[in-house]
Amino acid sequence: MSAAPVELPRWADTALVPLVSVAAALLVAGLVVLGIGENPLEATALLLRGALGSAEGIGFTLYYATNFIFTGLAVAVAFHAGLFNIGGEGQATVAGIAMAVACLGLSWAPGILAVPLAVLAAAAGGALWAFIPGWLQAKRGSHVVITTIMLNFVAATLIVYLLREAIGKPGSMQPETPDFPAQAVLTPMHQLLAPLGLELPSTPLNSAFLLALMALVAVWLLIYRSRLGYAIRTVGANPRAAAYAGISPAAVTMIAMAISGALAGGLAVNEALGVQHRLVLDFTAGYGFVGIAVALMGRGHPVGVALAALLFGVLYQGGAELSFDKPTITRDMVVVIGGVLILFAGALDGLFRRLVAGVLGMGRKP
Amino acid sequence: MDWLQTLAVILDSTIRLSIPLICAAMAGLWSERAGVVDIGLEGKMLIAAFASAVAAFVTGSAWAGLGAGILAALALALIHGFAAITWRGNQIVSGVAVNMLAAGLTVILGNAWYGQGGRTPSLEGAARFGELTLPFAPWAREHVPILGMLYDEVVSGHAVPAYLAFLCVLVTAFVLGRTRFGLRIRAVGENPAAVDTAGISVAGLRYGAVAICGVLCGIGGTYLAAAQSAGFLPHMTAGRGFIALAAVIFANWRPWPALGACLLFGLLDAVAIRLQGVTLPGIGLVPVEAIQALPYLMTIVLLAGFIGRATPPKASGLPYVKER
Repeated sequence: MSAAPVELPRWADTALVPLVSVAAALLVAGLVVLGIGENPLEATALLLRGALGSAEGIGFTLYYATNFIFTGLAVAVAFHAGLFNIGGEGQATVAGIAMAVACLGLSWAPGILAVPLAVLAAAAGGALWAFIPGWLQAKRGSHVVITTIMLNFVAATLIVYLLREAIGKPGSMQPETPDFPAQAVLTPMHQLLAPLGLELPSTPLNSAFLLALMALVAVWLLIYRSRLGYAIRTVGANPRAAAYAGISPAAVTMIAMAISGALAGGLAVNEALGVQHRLVLDFTAGYGFVGIAVALMGRGHPVGVALAALLFGVLYQGGAELSFDKPTITRDMVVVIGGVLILFAGALDGLFRRLVAGVLGMGRKP
Repeated sequence: MDWLQTLAVILDSTIRLSIPLICAAMAGLWSERAGVVDIGLEGKMLIAAFASAVAAFVTGSAWAGLGAGILAALALALIHGFAAITWRGNQIVSGVAVNMLAAGLTVILGNAWYGQGGRTPSLEGAARFGELTLPFAPWAREHVPILGMLYDEVVSGHAVPAYLAFLCVLVTAFVLGRTRFGLRIRAVGENPAAVDTAGISVAGLRYGAVAICGVLCGIGGTYLAAAQSAGFLPHMTAGRGFIALAAVIFANWRPWPALGACLLFGLLDAVAIRLQGVTLPGIGLVPVEAIQALPYLMTIVLLAGFIGRATPPKASGLPYVKER
């Protein structure tokens, strides 16, 4: 029962351990499928065909993956600074509010001006909502985990109030804003690629996907190739050593949280600016929490985050198709898989490392 | 006597709304006092609510529901314990996992078994905890002015798990504060090394506390599904686990103040429902959302040290490593 840290070669640590926990999580999901009287293999086949079997399926998969890239990166950046940001939902919500206000106020502006401003407003809104817990932890010593949870709920009530009283569509019973001005929304991918001679079916995949890819590169540059990223990783590894080296852990905490929140704002960009073209209640739909699983599985590295986001995109889109054929298997299966993955890749990491070490014949006591 | 009637009704619904919070707050108290941070209260209550609704529907007995609810929450608590105690995993990560697992599993299983979008069939008759009329309640209402009416309206007329919840507070306060087991639980949350040195199993005590936490969450979840409502609805805990966590922080990890905080949050909730669409003199229309957000905002302000200090148990969140 005493789980001494197991030394593993780097390839096993970065690739094999996450892979084993994914496999185990899918196994658990398979058992759940079995438990409700369906065939897991048939379900898997349906899921994969739904997600990857057609150009349309792939479009949907990448659209979902866009959300997970943003929320996964958000959690990952905070992780590097030793912070556990579970406030992605709230940050994306506030980002959406800021973006909606900007969009609706910019109806006069041409798209080339309105779209970047709307994206910036989303980033600023998310950054602000994450900066508050960052500031509270850095300056007042309150733990980021608790404050981000609380702020999730505050954001959830805030958006209900604002949609009803301030920015809601007049005369509508639905909790949503009026449609954004037509020039101030993101272009769908099939329209964007049409001039290049690529004929794609119409899917929600839009240019936010390109933004997500840029975010992946930017985060990689930030974390592994910049002075700030070095400071973030140092604080995450050892705040006292960082302070000794002249890095201010307080400043890094606040900055890392703000960047994390800005990235979470990407969820609002993809969902509201890219697909729905208006702000609706509950547009975050739990993507913020799945981002935790994405970041844990991807080991905080942008490449890992991209792969994990793709996996969850497949699960989401495939799950949607699957629930058409098998009404008993709803998309909530993805939430279960996410939960199991968070448990396996995050909390039971020690157990899985031990298992892998055992199989590889390492980590034995001399 | 109109205002008295209003007051009684508000206090009555305060208690009804507080019961799940009280159970979950006591649960969180046990776990965190033993040094295991638990943000999975929400998930454990949710799965208990689901399991109790299913069992009560199948057997037609609310007590079977209570048993199933407790077992389901206990199972999740032990998973959390396995990750946090045996494998020294990150307790917060594990808590998030517990919440997601419960949120997903309850909807999937509910949908697969009953095909009603995740809800269970409604519970009727003995499958639900009925309202208990305490002795002399109708008599006191007739014959004792004011107090008799409050007794009948506020104290009497709740379901069994509600009285169980108050009993839990009493037992928690007594056991944690006045018994050897409670002292050891508190010690293991402050200084596990000292407990270990005394030859007492740190892991054993922590598993004990986590198990008690599961049982209490089970009672809270069962109350939600089999007493307050008549059946399970997807995501029916609606953040109560986190409000309970806020209450624990608010109470500085002490049982009686935690009860007070839960009642306060319950009162806020009751007032929020009451104030819907009511214009207050001098203030105007109070947005319900502002009152709903108040517990969360109060916790943030408290944690920031603006109104007193929150001091968690020293070893909370830290896995115990013997060799250190």
